[in-house]
Parts: sequence; structure tokens; C-alpha cells
Amino acid sequence: MPDTVTLEVQRYRPEEETGPAWQRYEVPFRPEWMVLDALNYIKDHLDGTLSYRWACRMGVCGSCGMLVNGEPVLTCATYLEELPHGSIRVEPLRGFPVIRDLIFDLTDFLNKLKRVSPWLVRKKEQPVADGEYRQTPDQLAEYKQYSMCINCMLCYSACPIYELEPEFIGPAAIALAQRYNHDSRDEGVQARMDVLSQHDGIWACTFVGECSAVCPTNVDPAAAIQRYKLSATLDWVKSTVLPWGKR
Amino acid sequence: MRRSQEPGLWALFSAGGMLAALVLPVLVAVLWIAAPLGWVELPTHANLRALIGHPLTRLVLFAVVSLALFHWAHRFRYTLYDGLQLYHLNQLIAIITYGTATVGTMVTGYALVVFP
Repeated sequence: MPDTVTLEVQRYRPEEETGPAWQRYEVPFRPEWMVLDALNYIKDHLDGTLSYRWACRMGVCGSCGMLVNGEPVLTCATYLEELPHGSIRVEPLRGFPVIRDLIFDLTDFLNKLKRVSPWLVRKKEQPVADGEYRQTPDQLAEYKQYSMCINCMLCYSACPIYELEPEFIGPAAIALAQRYNHDSRDEGVQARMDVLSQHDGIWACTFVGECSAVCPTNVDPAAAIQRYKLSATLDWVKSTVLPWGKR
Repeated sequence: MRRSQEPGLWALFSAGGMLAALVLPVLVAVLWIAAPLGWVELPTHANLRALIGHPLTRLVLFAVVSLALFHWAHRFRYTLYDGLQLYHLNQLIAIITYGTATVGTMVTGYALVVFP
């Protein structure tokens, strides 16, 4: 077993470099270490200028997503030991503008997320005196899988369509729209349909499926999108083909 | 708000994909594997003629062939569009792919109607 491992980290410091550059760091190899532990070692002992996001170290916060050897992963959940021997390449997630080193800009996603109203939409709130909105375990099971999304952006980074067509609203935003669409307490289905039935909504997706392959919490955004395509098609048939349709 | 016309094309695509996935493996397994290996008796020419003589068989054949063509058209269109990144040829690609599927559908329909 080797004593050390080399991390090749992509650096970008806008005040020093005009473009991305690689920097190599030699860190101790410990079988229990994740890639994030190695980055923290660099930050603490070798180079305090390295910038990256992280918080929980346990796959919950979704902030430490990076490309490791070209694959979008949570660095807090990727053992150094699992990676092929030799140097390990660490880059910011693909498909986003880089702000500094491994930190990328999330603005585009946050704007898209807002468009799908990712909250419970009610036409009229019931008075507090009427108590809470009750839900059966079956009703919870309908959307629970989609609610596991931690906004880590691995699915956007893995999606070739998002890279090719940046206006595509993207896997996580659609999965989160489905999280509320399938919630028995929600009444915002039609508003979300109006946004997502456009080309830059669900129809830009060609079902590559990489989003679901990289998702660390098994949300399965690809299935969410295909399910939505079926709903949107039925909606389209009702409104366009059937003469007694609603439009 | 402008609504995408994609649902119709996607409906043909997904119907074609599902029909092809259900029907073609069975045909391959029976006609190309089981029959040559002697597991099942190969239908005779007269059997198949009688089978295709039934209007229901023709209807099923028409649906399978035509929807599978639209499935191909949609997939091939996006293979060219995203895979080769021919964005500027989007309209031409759509006309050629869906056009081919439409012509194939018409030829299939004609052949199944005139077939004695």
C-alpha cells in the first residue's frame, strides 16, 4: 500500500491566472480517507489558498460535489482507496462557470429552481384552526424519493444536454417539481406544467440517464422526467387533440 | 404561452419503443432461435399467408412497423442534433427523419392494403 497519493487539483485564481491551471499536491494515503479529507489536508497543511465548498462530511449537505477523475461525485463519499492508483484529478463540476478553484456559480440553477415553484402551492390556505394538512403513508411514499434531493448539482454536471443547451431547466429542478406535483397537499400542478411543458423544460431531455446514475441519494431524476413527459403528453392530448379540451 | 409540439412526437416515439421492445424480441426468439434449433415447428408459408390474411394481423403489423419507424426517426434526429451537434440543421434533420417515417408508414399501409 502506498504511503502517499498525488492529487492534481484544478486551480483558478482570477487575480493570478487568466484560465484554469493544474497544481499537484502529495498527501498521505490513508484507507479511511475520502477525497474531501485529502483536500482538507492540503488546505490545513500544504496550501491554505485552495478554495472549495464543503460542510457536513456525510453526504447530506450536497456542497462538496466535484469531478474526481472526470466523474461527478460527492468528495465526502468517495474513498481514496476506491480510486485507481496513480494521481487523482480533482476539478470543479462540469457545466458551470467557475468562480475560484473548485467553487462554481450556482446562480443559473437557483433561477431555474424558482421557476418550478418548489414549494406547496395552495389556492387557498385552510385556517390554522382547522389543523394540519394530513397525509397517509402512501401519499408520502408518492413523492418521498424526489424529496431526497440535496441540490448537489452532480446531475447537472453529468447531463450532456445541460452542457449543450444551457437553457434546459435540468434534472434536479424537474425532480423537485415532481416532488411537489405528487404531494397530496399541493395545488400547483398546472402552473408547473406551463413552465415544464416547454422545450427548455422536459422536452430538451433525451433520456441519457446519467443524472440518475450519478445521483448520490437515488432520487432518479431521469424517471421523474420520463414520468412528467407522460403527464405532459396526456395534458397535450386533452388540450390539443380532443375537441372538448380545456383550451 | 407557446406550447411545445414535442408531446405528439414523443408519444409516437415512446409507443414505438414500447411496441418494438415487446414484439421484436418475441419474433427474434421464435423465428431466429427457437425455430432453427428445432424447439418449435417452423410455420409454413401457407400458415404465414393465412395469418397475414387476417385484418387484425395487418393492423398490428401496420402499428408495429409505423410506430417503430417514428421511434427511429425521433432517436436518430436527436442523435444527429445532440451527438453531432448539428443545431443549424435542426429543421432539415427533422424533415428528413420524420419524413422518412411518414413515407415508410404510407408504403407499409399501401403494401398491407394491396397484399392479396
